[in-house]
Amino acid sequence: MLNYSLSQLSSLLAEKKISSAELTAEFLKRVWALNPRYNAFITLSEEASLAQARAADMIIASGDAKPLTGVPIAQKDIFCTKGWLTTCGSRMLANFVSPYDAGVIERFNAAGAVNIGKTNMDEFAMGSSNETSFYGPVKNPWDIAAVPGGSSGGSACAVAARMAPAATGTDTGGSIRQPAALCGVSGLKPTYGLTSRYGMIAFASSLDQAGPMAKSAEDLALMLNVMTGFDPRDSTSLQREPEDYTRDLRKPLEGMRIGLPKEYFVDEISNDVARAVEASIAEYRKLGAKTVEVSLPNTSLSVPVYYVLAPAEASSNLSRFDGVRYGYRAPEYVDLNDMYRKSRAQGFGAEVKRRILIGTYVLSHGYYDAYYIQAQKLRRLIAQDFAEAFEQCDIIMGPTSPTVAFDLGEKSNDPVQMYLSDAYTIAVNLAGLPGMSIPVGFGQKKRPVGLHIVGNYFSEAQMLNAAHQYQLVTDWHTRMPG
Amino acid sequence: MSLSLDDVKRVANLARIEIGEEEATTALAQLSGIFGLIQQMQAVDTAAITPMSHAQDVMQRLRADIVTETDQRDLFQSIAPQVEAGLYLVPKVIE
Repeated sequence: MLNYSLSQLSSLLAEKKISSAELTAEFLKRVWALNPRYNAFITLSEEASLAQARAADMIIASGDAKPLTGVPIAQKDIFCTKGWLTTCGSRMLANFVSPYDAGVIERFNAAGAVNIGKTNMDEFAMGSSNETSFYGPVKNPWDIAAVPGGSSGGSACAVAARMAPAATGTDTGGSIRQPAALCGVSGLKPTYGLTSRYGMIAFASSLDQAGPMAKSAEDLALMLNVMTGFDPRDSTSLQREPEDYTRDLRKPLEGMRIGLPKEYFVDEISNDVARAVEASIAEYRKLGAKTVEVSLPNTSLSVPVYYVLAPAEASSNLSRFDGVRYGYRAPEYVDLNDMYRKSRAQGFGAEVKRRILIGTYVLSHGYYDAYYIQAQKLRRLIAQDFAEAFEQCDIIMGPTSPTVAFDLGEKSNDPVQMYLSDAYTIAVNLAGLPGMSIPVGFGQKKRPVGLHIVGNYFSEAQMLNAAHQYQLVTDWHTRMPG
Repeated sequence: MSLSLDDVKRVANLARIEIGEEEATTALAQLSGIFGLIQQMQAVDTAAITPMSHAQDVMQRLRADIVTETDQRDLFQSIAPQVEAGLYLVPKVIE
């Protein structure tokens, strides 16, 4: 049952072969057994999860079940969840029991899904290895000496270790796709504006987007059907007709033009990753797709641009954490300013403080034009690169990450090296395009490799089609760590 | 451009984050590395390019000026560090 797809689990529930309460208890048992080893979850509430499961069983009995009714889903701890501790991986919110539900959580509740627990993550989603979490690093289930990637490392680990059938993540610069790649699962960041940011604790608002993480493209499509949709409480939420993201899964790939950016297959990529990615592209050719070389000439500027814009937005978003209305307040201080300064110094970890300092600096008087405006101009060039590439191809493919999972501690003292590990994913957020990662093999030390699939705006159904067709003829996505 | 220790302390103060001497020295080294990376941006001539602030070219939506939220003061204040008589308490600002 651990390897069952979401629709298989849904069928079991519909046919009353298992109740949601039993299914939830089964997965919780596995979570309790494995979590001490992997640290994928920050908060578990057997009581709350089982109450949701029993409510789902009533819905199933009444014949009103939807596709995910009664299915346990792990929720990244960045989503405010009413009555649940919502920490965002930070000491700052270590005591924050959310008084409301995020838009994404509301949608899962309305679908009758069961929240199986809140997953570990880099603090405020700032990190690529899950090592910045106040609650300790998550381990990669394929090799516990390796990082799971980040920031949605807990969600990636939970799905990879089959502690949950699927999970949510958020992606500001690769935080769904990179951990999906490093843990050997599938993950998708939608077009900016498709999923609600309401109640999703903000990091960089013009880049943040919620998306699903699961075992297969087919499961991602079902998750996306629940997660997407207009939310008037998010000012950048897009008003569009609802889509069924499963609609194109079965289409043949004959004639699909895959763009291979020449900048993605250069020195930075390690040999093992290049081999696995090239083998997957060969498989796509067998499936009838054509490949064309495209160019994204400003690729190397993505990381510098991102590390101006994301910290700038973060420094503004995180100014709300002042120890007044909620969250951490320092125990001792002399006056109001001292209370702010001490609460923030003690409540935030090193990486978060580093990014707030960068952001404050680039937005400060005298530096705004040279950094912030310059970065916004280059952001346009990066977006234009993609627009031109999509004139020659339907979909873009390359490696998700330049290497397989690195060792815990390997890059934690070198922020620049850590930042460069997101070189391929960041540009997609800057352009606002949809991107996904699917497992396509193993590299060094038998650690997973991910294929990065980037589509044009609103082409999620096509990307899922490409991913699903590959998964029909390969079995990387069914492999699970021993 | 090179960052100084005073810059780090000034910015930390603007961001309302207390920073000790040792921490500021470490931060200076790391931030200098990051700004070295960021510096690559300056090599591109962008005079004719319009800044892109957002991924989607959409206008800010307006909404009707009506009350949509209910009063949840007690619930919200139940998670506050310090409250009294419905007010959030902070150290005295005005003598």
